[in-house]
Amino acid sequence: MSSTRPNQLFRNISSKIAAIPMIVTALFVFVGGTIWTVVYSFTNSGLLPRLQWVGLDQYERLWATRKWLISIENLAIYGLCMLVLVFVIGFILAALIDQKIRFEDTIRTVILYPYALSFVVTGLVWQWMLNPEFGVQKVVRGWGWESFTFDPLYSADIAIYGVLIAGIWQGSGLVMVLMLAGLRGIDQDVWKASRVDGIPTWKAYIFVIIPMMRPVFVTTLVIVVTGIVKIYDLIVAQTGGGPGISTEVPAKYVYDMMFQANNLGQGFAASTMMLVTVALIVIPWAILEFGGSKHRD
Amino acid sequence: MQNSVEIKNLDLQFGAVKVLQNLNLEIGKGEFLVLLGSSGCGKSTLLNCIAGLLDVSGGQIHINDRNVTWAEPSDRGIGMVFQSYALYPQMTVEGNLSFGLKNAKLPKPEIAKRIKHASEVLQIEPLLKRKPAALSGGQRQRVAIGRALVRDVDVFLFDEPLSNLDAKLRADLRVEIKRLHHKLQNTMIYVTHDQIEAMTLADRIAIMRGGQIMQLGSPDEIYGQPINKYVADFIGSPSMNFLEGNIKNGTFEMGELSIPLDGYEFGDTGAATEGAATMGIRPEHVVTGELVESTPFQVDVEVNLIEPTGSDTLVDCEVAGHHFRVRMDGQSRVSVGEKLRLGFAPARASLFDAKTELRL
Amino acid sequence: MIDTTSAPLTGPQGPKPRKPFSRRNIFLYGTLITIALFYALPLYVMFVTSLKGMPEIRLGNVFSPPLEVTFQPWVKAWSEACTGLTCNGLSTGFWNSVQITIPSVILSIIIASVNGYALSNWKFKGADAFFTILIFGAFIPYQVMLYPIVIMLREVGLYGSLGGLVLVHTVFGMPILTLLFRNYFTSLPEELFKAARVDGAGFWAIYAKVMVPMSLPIFTVAVILQVTGIWNDFLFGVVYTSPDNYPMTVSLNNIVNSTQGVKEYNVNMAATILTGLVPLSIYFVSGRLFVRGIAAGAVKG
Repeated sequence: MSSTRPNQLFRNISSKIAAIPMIVTALFVFVGGTIWTVVYSFTNSGLLPRLQWVGLDQYERLWATRKWLISIENLAIYGLCMLVLVFVIGFILAALIDQKIRFEDTIRTVILYPYALSFVVTGLVWQWMLNPEFGVQKVVRGWGWESFTFDPLYSADIAIYGVLIAGIWQGSGLVMVLMLAGLRGIDQDVWKASRVDGIPTWKAYIFVIIPMMRPVFVTTLVIVVTGIVKIYDLIVAQTGGGPGISTEVPAKYVYDMMFQANNLGQGFAASTMMLVTVALIVIPWAILEFGGSKHRD
Repeated sequence: MQNSVEIKNLDLQFGAVKVLQNLNLEIGKGEFLVLLGSSGCGKSTLLNCIAGLLDVSGGQIHINDRNVTWAEPSDRGIGMVFQSYALYPQMTVEGNLSFGLKNAKLPKPEIAKRIKHASEVLQIEPLLKRKPAALSGGQRQRVAIGRALVRDVDVFLFDEPLSNLDAKLRADLRVEIKRLHHKLQNTMIYVTHDQIEAMTLADRIAIMRGGQIMQLGSPDEIYGQPINKYVADFIGSPSMNFLEGNIKNGTFEMGELSIPLDGYEFGDTGAATEGAATMGIRPEHVVTGELVESTPFQVDVEVNLIEPTGSDTLVDCEVAGHHFRVRMDGQSRVSVGEKLRLGFAPARASLFDAKTELRL
Repeated sequence: MIDTTSAPLTGPQGPKPRKPFSRRNIFLYGTLITIALFYALPLYVMFVTSLKGMPEIRLGNVFSPPLEVTFQPWVKAWSEACTGLTCNGLSTGFWNSVQITIPSVILSIIIASVNGYALSNWKFKGADAFFTILIFGAFIPYQVMLYPIVIMLREVGLYGSLGGLVLVHTVFGMPILTLLFRNYFTSLPEELFKAARVDGAGFWAIYAKVMVPMSLPIFTVAVILQVTGIWNDFLFGVVYTSPDNYPMTVSLNNIVNSTQGVKEYNVNMAATILTGLVPLSIYFVSGRLFVRGIAAGAVKG
C-alpha cells in the first residue's frame, strides 16, 4: 500500500464499509461489553447497574457462597470427566470408523445426530431415560434384577454424573468427527511406511499417528473446554440445578443472580470468573498456536 | 539366472474395475527395473502389490524364491521409499531409522551398526538428531532411503521418490540413486512417470498401460525398437513423427512420396508386409545440410516454426501433409519460411501396422 | 504385450484368505454396533413414548413399542400443552422460532460473507486486528456479555422483541461465519479476483457476480450451521425476549419442567421431538455438508 496517496481514509472504502458490522461487534460488544462487565463487577449493582465501588466485595461474597462453590465443584467434575471421556470415546470411535468399515456413513450419522439437537432436548430426553420410575432403572428391574438402582438425577451426590451421561451422548460425536477429519488428513504413505516397518497398528497410532495429530487435538481441546465452561441449557432442562443445588453450574449462577435474584453485582463477578477460566486456557493456546508459527514456517 | 522378484499371472481388481490383468514379470538379482507409464496405468498399484500393501485378486508374487503372496509387508524382505517421504514427523532422523528395527526386537548394537552404515552411505550423519521438519526435501528423501536401507533387505521399492522435488534436485538425487545402486547391488524396482529418470536409471524398463506391461526391455530397445505406436509416442521428447501411408513392394508410399525401406529390419516375418502402415521417425534421426546427401530418403520442406532450446533447435515443418519436427543443432541458423532439405535413413525408423499399431 | 504362459501355480495365490468373522471384525463391528445403539436409543425411546397413552407408560417399559398407537400426545403438545396459565402448546414457540431463525440466518450470512470477502480480498490496514478480536470474542463466555447487551438493546428499544434477538444472533454468529467465509474466499484462485478487477468490476460487483455464484457450497454450510445453532438456542431466547416471544426451546422447557398438574410424559416427549425435528431433518438431509460445516468451522479455527 502506498502511503503517498492523499486520501488514505477513502482508499478501499467499500471494504471498510463492509467491515463496519465486524468492527462494531468486535469493539462494542466483545471488547466493550467485556470491559463493562468486569468494571461493574467491582460495584454493588443490584436490580440496576450503578457505579458505586465496593472493591472486591462481590468476589469475597461469591467465594463465600455455597451455591457458587458447588457450581465450581460441579464444573470441575463435569469438565474433567467430560474432557477425558469425550476424547477417549471420540478418538476410539474415529479410529474404529477409519478402519475402512462398511456402513461408515450410517454409523457416523447415528453417532453425530445428538450434536444436532438442542441441549434442552438432550436434557429432557435423558431426564426421561434416567427417571427411576419409568426409565432404565425400571426396565432393568423388570428383567428380574429387583435391587438394581440407577437414579443419578434423584440423588444429590451423583446427580452431576447423570448430566455427564447426557453431555457425553451429545458431545462425543463432534469429537469423533474432528478426530476422523484429522485421521483422514494423515498422509496414507505414513501408514504404508509403518506397515513396511512392521509396526503393529496400535503402536502406529500411539507413536506415529497421535503425535502427528497434535494440532487437531489442541483445537478440539479448546472447543470442548469452552463448551464445557458455557454449560447452561443442559442443566436447566435436565435437572434445573437440583436436586437441591447439587447440579448448579457457574453459567446458571450468573443467570440466576442477574435475572432472578436482582443481584447484578454477583452476576458480574461470577461471569468475570468464567472469563478468567476461559482466558487461562485460550491465551496459552493462542500463544502456542499463533505466536510460535512464525518460527516454524 | 536366479530371479529376485517373480510376478506370476497377477490380477487385481477393485469391484468391477480391473487394475492389473494377468501380469507376469521376472526381475533378476541386482537388477534396476523401472515401471514407467502415465498416471493411472497401474504402475504404483503393481508396486504396492509387490510390497504387500494391497491384497491381490489372483496370481502369485515371489521374492527371493519365496512365495510371499500372503505375507505381511514387513516379512517380504523389502524396503520402500515413498513419494511423500512418509517420515514419522515427531521422531528424529535416528528415531525414524530405528523405529522398525526396535519393533522387530533387534539387539541394540546391531541397530546402531546399521544406522551407522546407512547414514555413512547416504551422508546423513550430521542430521541424525534432527527432526524431519528441519530437513530440506533432498535430505528427507535420503532419510527415507535410509529407512529402507537399515532394513538390510535385498529388494528396494521406490514409489515416484523424486516427484516432490524441484528439477535441479531431482537431477542430483537421480545420479545419487544410481550411484547407490552400483554400490549396494540390490534389486531395485522404481516407479516413475518421468522418462528421463527411467532412461538414465534403468537396466530394464517396463512400460505400462491399462494394467498391462506393453514392453519390457533395456532403455535402448525401448527407444530404438518400440513395440507399438503407443510406446513409440510415449518415449522420447520431442516425440516421434508419424507418417501414414502404404507399404508396397518394399517401399513406404505416402501420396507422391515414396520411401525405400532397404535396411529396415522387419520383425517376426522378416519380410516386408504389404498394406496400410504408419512410419515413425524421431526428430533427432532426421538430418539436414550436407549429411542429407548420404541418406536414402530426401525431401524438401518449408520451415513453419522454430523453437530454439539452447542446446538444440526444433524445426516444425510439413511432410506430405503431416506435422513433422526436426531436431537441429542449437547453433544452426534457420528462419521461418526458409526452404530446407531433410533426409533420414529408414533403418532408424519404426513401422507400425495401421490397424493393430504393432511394430512390423 | 508380454504374455508368458507359465506352469500352473502352486502354493498361496490370489487374495489372502480372510475369515469374515475374524476376532478383529467381531471386536470392530461389535463395539461400533453397541455404541451406535447407545446413541440411537434415546431417539427411539422418545418416539415410542410419544405414541403411547399414559396408562401404558405407567405399566410398561420405556423400550417396548407402543401396544396402541395414539397421536393424541402430539396434538396436545402442539396446541394444548400448558406453561403456567397459558395453554397454547408449542405452536406459538414454533412460529416464534421461525420468525427468529429466518431473518437471523439471512442477516448473519449476508453480513459475515461480505465481511469475509473484505478480509480475504480487500484487506485494509487494521482489518486483521479487528478480525483477531472477533475470533477471540467467540471464546468469551456469553454470560460476560449478557447484561451489556441488555442495556444496548434497551437503548435502541429492541429489548424483549424478536428484532432484538435477531440482532443478538447476528452478532454472535459473526465470528464463526466470518472465519468460514474468509477461509473459503481465500482458497479461491486469486487470478479470478484479479481478472475481474482488470475487467473493471468493483467491490460489490465482484462480490455479487464472481464470488457468490462460486460459493454455493459454503453458503449451504453456513445456512445449516446457523439454522441449527439459532433454532437450538435457549440462553439468548430466555434473556432477550418476553414470554410472548419465547422461542420453541424455551417453551418446551417451560412445558416439560412446569410443576403444575400431573406429568404427562407422552406429551413431553412429543414436544421434545417436535422441537428437535427441525435441526434433525436438516442434519439427516444435509449429512456430509453438516459434517463439513463443523469440521471446517472447528479444525481450521
